[in-house]
Amino acid sequence: MTEAREERRFAEVPRESIKLMAESAGVELGDDVAAMLAEDVCYRLREATQNSSQFMRHAKRRKLTVEDFNRALRWSNTETICGYGAQDALPFRPLKEGELFFVEDREVNLVELALATNIPKGCAETMVRVHVSYLDGKGNLEPQGTVPSAVQSLSDDLLKYYQQITRAILGEDPHLMKVALLDLQSNSKIAALLPYFVYVISGVKSVSHDLDQLNRLLHMVKSLVQNPYLYLGSYVRSLVSSVMYCILEPLAASINPLNDHWTLRDYAALLLSHIFWTHGDLVSGLYHQILLSLQKVLSDPVRPLCSHYGAVVGLHALGWKAVERVLYPHLPAYWANLQAVLDDYSVSNAQVKADGHKVYGAILVAVERLLKMKDVSLTGAAEGSAAALQNSAGGVIGFRESSPGLSPPPEPLSEPPLGIASHLQAGGAGCQWEEWTPVSLPAMYCELYSFFGDSLAVRFSTGPALGGAPSATPIQSSDSRKEPGNGTANLESTRKMPQLTANMNISPRQDGSPRTEPAPPSLAATASGRSLARSSSSSSSVTRSRSSSSRPGRSASQSRDIFPKTRFTPPQAGPPAFSFLIGGRQMGRRCQGRRFQTSFTPTPLLTSLPPRAYAHKLPVIGRVSKPVRRWTCSHYSLYLPL
Amino acid sequence: MAAVQDGGSELEGEKEPKPELMNDGSTAPAAAPSSRPEDQQTLLAVLQFLKRNKLIESVDALRREAGLADEPEEAPGSEAAGGAGGAAAGSGELGDAGALLSRVSGGSQSAAAPAPAKGGDDQPDVSVVLSAYSQQGDPSLYQVYYSGLKKFIESVLDCHRAELSQLFYPLFVHMYLELVYNNHESEAKSFFEKFNGDQECYYQDDLRVLSGLTKKEHMKGNETLLDFRTSRFVLRISRDSYQLLKRHLQERQNNQIWNIIQEHLYIDIFDGMPRSKSQIDSMSGSLAGEAKREDNKTKVYYGLLKEPEIEVPLDDEDEEAENEEGKPKKKKPKKDSMGSKSKKQDPNAPQQNRIPLPELKDSDKLDKIMYMKEATKRIRLGPESLPSICFYTFLNAYQGLTAVDFTDDSSLLAGGFADSTVRVWSVTPKKLRKVKSAADLGMIDKESDDVLERIMDEKTASECKILYGHSGPVYGVSFSPDRNYLLSSSEDGTIRLWSLQTFTCLVAYKGHNYPVWDTQFSPYGYYFVSGGHDRVARLWATDHYQPLRMFAGHLADITCTRFHPNSNYVATGSADRTIRLWDVLNGHCVRVLTGHKGPIHTLAFSPNGKYLASGSTDGRVLLWDIGHGLMIGELKGHTDTIYALRFSRDGEILASGSMDNTVRLWDAIRAFDDVETDDFTAATGHVHLPDNSQELLLGTYLSKSTPVIHLHFTRRNLLLSAGAYNSQ
Repeated sequence: MTEAREERRFAEVPRESIKLMAESAGVELGDDVAAMLAEDVCYRLREATQNSSQFMRHAKRRKLTVEDFNRALRWSNTETICGYGAQDALPFRPLKEGELFFVEDREVNLVELALATNIPKGCAETMVRVHVSYLDGKGNLEPQGTVPSAVQSLSDDLLKYYQQITRAILGEDPHLMKVALLDLQSNSKIAALLPYFVYVISGVKSVSHDLDQLNRLLHMVKSLVQNPYLYLGSYVRSLVSSVMYCILEPLAASINPLNDHWTLRDYAALLLSHIFWTHGDLVSGLYHQILLSLQKVLSDPVRPLCSHYGAVVGLHALGWKAVERVLYPHLPAYWANLQAVLDDYSVSNAQVKADGHKVYGAILVAVERLLKMKDVSLTGAAEGSAAALQNSAGGVIGFRESSPGLSPPPEPLSEPPLGIASHLQAGGAGCQWEEWTPVSLPAMYCELYSFFGDSLAVRFSTGPALGGAPSATPIQSSDSRKEPGNGTANLESTRKMPQLTANMNISPRQDGSPRTEPAPPSLAATASGRSLARSSSSSSSVTRSRSSSSRPGRSASQSRDIFPKTRFTPPQAGPPAFSFLIGGRQMGRRCQGRRFQTSFTPTPLLTSLPPRAYAHKLPVIGRVSKPVRRWTCSHYSLYLPL
Repeated sequence: MAAVQDGGSELEGEKEPKPELMNDGSTAPAAAPSSRPEDQQTLLAVLQFLKRNKLIESVDALRREAGLADEPEEAPGSEAAGGAGGAAAGSGELGDAGALLSRVSGGSQSAAAPAPAKGGDDQPDVSVVLSAYSQQGDPSLYQVYYSGLKKFIESVLDCHRAELSQLFYPLFVHMYLELVYNNHESEAKSFFEKFNGDQECYYQDDLRVLSGLTKKEHMKGNETLLDFRTSRFVLRISRDSYQLLKRHLQERQNNQIWNIIQEHLYIDIFDGMPRSKSQIDSMSGSLAGEAKREDNKTKVYYGLLKEPEIEVPLDDEDEEAENEEGKPKKKKPKKDSMGSKSKKQDPNAPQQNRIPLPELKDSDKLDKIMYMKEATKRIRLGPESLPSICFYTFLNAYQGLTAVDFTDDSSLLAGGFADSTVRVWSVTPKKLRKVKSAADLGMIDKESDDVLERIMDEKTASECKILYGHSGPVYGVSFSPDRNYLLSSSEDGTIRLWSLQTFTCLVAYKGHNYPVWDTQFSPYGYYFVSGGHDRVARLWATDHYQPLRMFAGHLADITCTRFHPNSNYVATGSADRTIRLWDVLNGHCVRVLTGHKGPIHTLAFSPNGKYLASGSTDGRVLLWDIGHGLMIGELKGHTDTIYALRFSRDGEILASGSMDNTVRLWDAIRAFDDVETDDFTAATGHVHLPDNSQELLLGTYLSKSTPVIHLHFTRRNLLLSAGAYNSQ
């Protein structure tokens, strides 16, 4: 009886085990000897365990370790046990067949272990961190019992690396920057620094006046995104938000037209698509959030033209489906406002008009590709040949290479834009997805043709024939810039450019060209001051604007009128139906003729739009007293990397 | 035997004249008739020991000295005879001689015998010790005896019952061991099963050890048993209760129990009212019973030494500041800060030169001035104004943080680690710098004013320095008061002295042959104390490679050591659940404090030197009045081992830190005030502890999953605590 109770008190080594062990050593043991031995072994084990506990207590631990036990053994002149010193828990497994219990002992591949790239836990440097836990014994500055935040603090080396890299990237030396960016692209050990880099990048908002810095930060984003060892995780949102900032915001740098913020926006748009296509799966709903914010900007007439430009290139970069989905339905409404800008030949409007041409060109490029891709996808679907798609995809624009499949991830449209990057949130907050029904290609073409006229037709028809997009885009963009200025001029640069003849005819003067026309300084300020009230206002303004247009740049008082929509006269050339329609629209708008205009809208969208679809609040940009010299540079923006 | 002794007659002048001497019976005058054969037997045992260790010359010398002609072979025979013949007294003495031997072998500092491995081949000694158990009684009757006594004790009056119940545990253990020793295994087991439930819960740890022990062979080399045998278990019983017990045992002719009481117990009889159960419980719990009253009779000079008078030069800025405040104030604080206490000699203080102390260097004086300046800015703490707490968390300390210390001015932090390293951090922005190499030092202009600055090597500046040298976990670290040295004690049995100028090891003090659990510098520097697994605390001076004093008397590992603020005394806490206070001057044990129910892991003296606080694995803090040697308070609240205790600079607040991840603050002033130490209590040592822990607890502060292993009050009374973040 006592025997049984004793056994319950302690773990016992059964005599069978002793016998087995003896046999394995080649000794035959009698029962009584085994029993004696078993008892003695148990006692010695207990003794050693009791002795080992003092090592645990003095090491101020709760857990008895193998090391403690070995120390006890060592001090009692017994051989220590080797092979159990690992920090990890040792799994103790039963083997049913033999009623055997054993410690799992896996084989370790030493070569693998030695070459393993993952850094083992516990190699970080021991350090001391101090924090005030309780002030005057009262206030708990931080919640009790939580894990200290600095547990995974950076090692000194990483910190140094971080400093060097940021210094190099944001510094003056372009060579250094290149090296740093390259390393950022390929370094496999900087995962711990990711949040810090992301934080630096989020600093775009504070350097919006410095195009150079913005560019550098965007390059940093690119490097991080391209680094195959980094898992961006939820930082994607933060990065996207920073990039979107560069695309959409009226940057402080764009006040000065000399600054080529267009290139920055193009690059950022490219980057956005790159992030989206490579890391878009990390954040659910990202695509729709981006679309929503782009749409919001596009549909917000208060935004400056450069923001609109950003939205258009952003949509363009996201693929033709995005264009079809957002830009195309908005085009009619937007077109009216854009046209108004383009038609103002006043000197004061020159800068704004130049911006307008940029937007026009961007839209044209986007729409053209939309048509082409739609065509290709339709024919591709019909033929079932992926090769055709591939071909045309490669042919259209370099950007497409980075976007393997153009169809966006299949996400429900109804998904609400969830709060992430503030930018995305802001974009998604206001507008809901409009009803969107696919439009057939011919219908779309007709609709677009109504806006762009022959310029579109040419592109579309000649698109497949053209060698590649790069050659097509420059032509197109230069067209878009020049055609409103003087039709004869742009004819020389392009083969066939009869498009928008209406414009040619309406604009008898050359003042549309920014090269010749310096923008009056006073213009923009007043322009932004009065917005929609003016646009829908009395006819007196109409007359005034007319007069101002007839005598461009003559007086400051006249230039006050921002959007002289009266300028547009019914076109005399081109496809009469379309040109008429456009003119009618413009006219109708000015003379409260909206109903007239709506009759031409192919989509029901326009009816739903508020009468003042375009608030003519232009930004304070364009306040320059000298002619725009960067003109030649800026037109490159459209076909830069897109 | 004089084991039982009347309270009135102070016969036993046991003052442990030598640390090596245990409570052996050699001081018992009643044993005079049999003293000669005893001596002879002791001698024989010594001879046998020497011979076995091949110390032939010593054997010869000793034999010549003692005038013994006998063959040494006689020794075992006489032992056996002593055992068989039931010569209780003789064998008892022999046992103590054996104890002496085992002590010697453990202490390893005896001139006669170089240290053999402890617990290894000291079989003869152990058999000598254990032979005391060899008198035979009928094993089957043991249970009858014990239950008879139990019945008797349960039937006596309530007031006596509590006192006599103290007998249960020692009797139980000794009877069980007797049974085991005489190979009555099954009887021993059934005896244990039957009665172990009766024992007090705080003996559980010992009982667990005991229950695993069922064979005679196992008794050899079991240290717990040796302790039990070599020391008499001390009981305090009132005269009335004792008479009652004596009469009962004589009536029943219960010689077995009577023998055990006489041989193995020490009954300290006092006159007056029997103590209550709670009184007894609060004092008992140690490995060897309570402290004898005589142990705590010696006068202890607990007062502080007179501070050297240092002119505090008021800085210009200070003066300006004070001028701004207004002139009338200017004089007053100055007088206060100079301290009226330093003028008067504390009547309880030891003489200034009782132990030689190092002279103050200029730098020390500067530091004192700094201290006084800081002290004037000190926050006065109290229940209403609790200190702010800063937590120093050791991160990534996967190797295991085992010890922490701050310098007095809180500028440096040292950590001892289980990977044998000591790391020193600078807590201030000032980095740690080494002194330049000898070659570079030669090139320095020694006359320049900033020579102290010039000798430092800027290139070596860093926040943290790692000291390599130990070959085992570092269990104790201590800064010298002048911040020039650091001590570390380790499992490898050495204490190392490190220079904080060069960050190299200067000395390895070897003497403890076993793990050294703790070490501490004297508050005046120069001396330091260490204690470890060999149960001996040692007092060292930094310039001596051998200890100056050895304090032996603990029955188990010394787990913590601490200097009294006046540097004349050393307190040691032990795994035998007692605290001892040792006089540095003569090595005597002047206080034995019992009452803890678990190993003591931390000690703290109050700044005025009057009180001592101790914390143990049972999660309780006990407060002691050193002058009277009395327990004066019990602070319950912690749920795990207390590893850190510290009084605030003015002694108003006691902070305790524990494995349970909390820091608790206690109202020390109130704890000391609430106790009325009248003459009667002082004389009898019977304490009534008010159960007021909850009222004294001023606050409980959780750390972030970090056990608190060190606490430190800065000179301005900011509380610093330290521990390693534990991710598990």
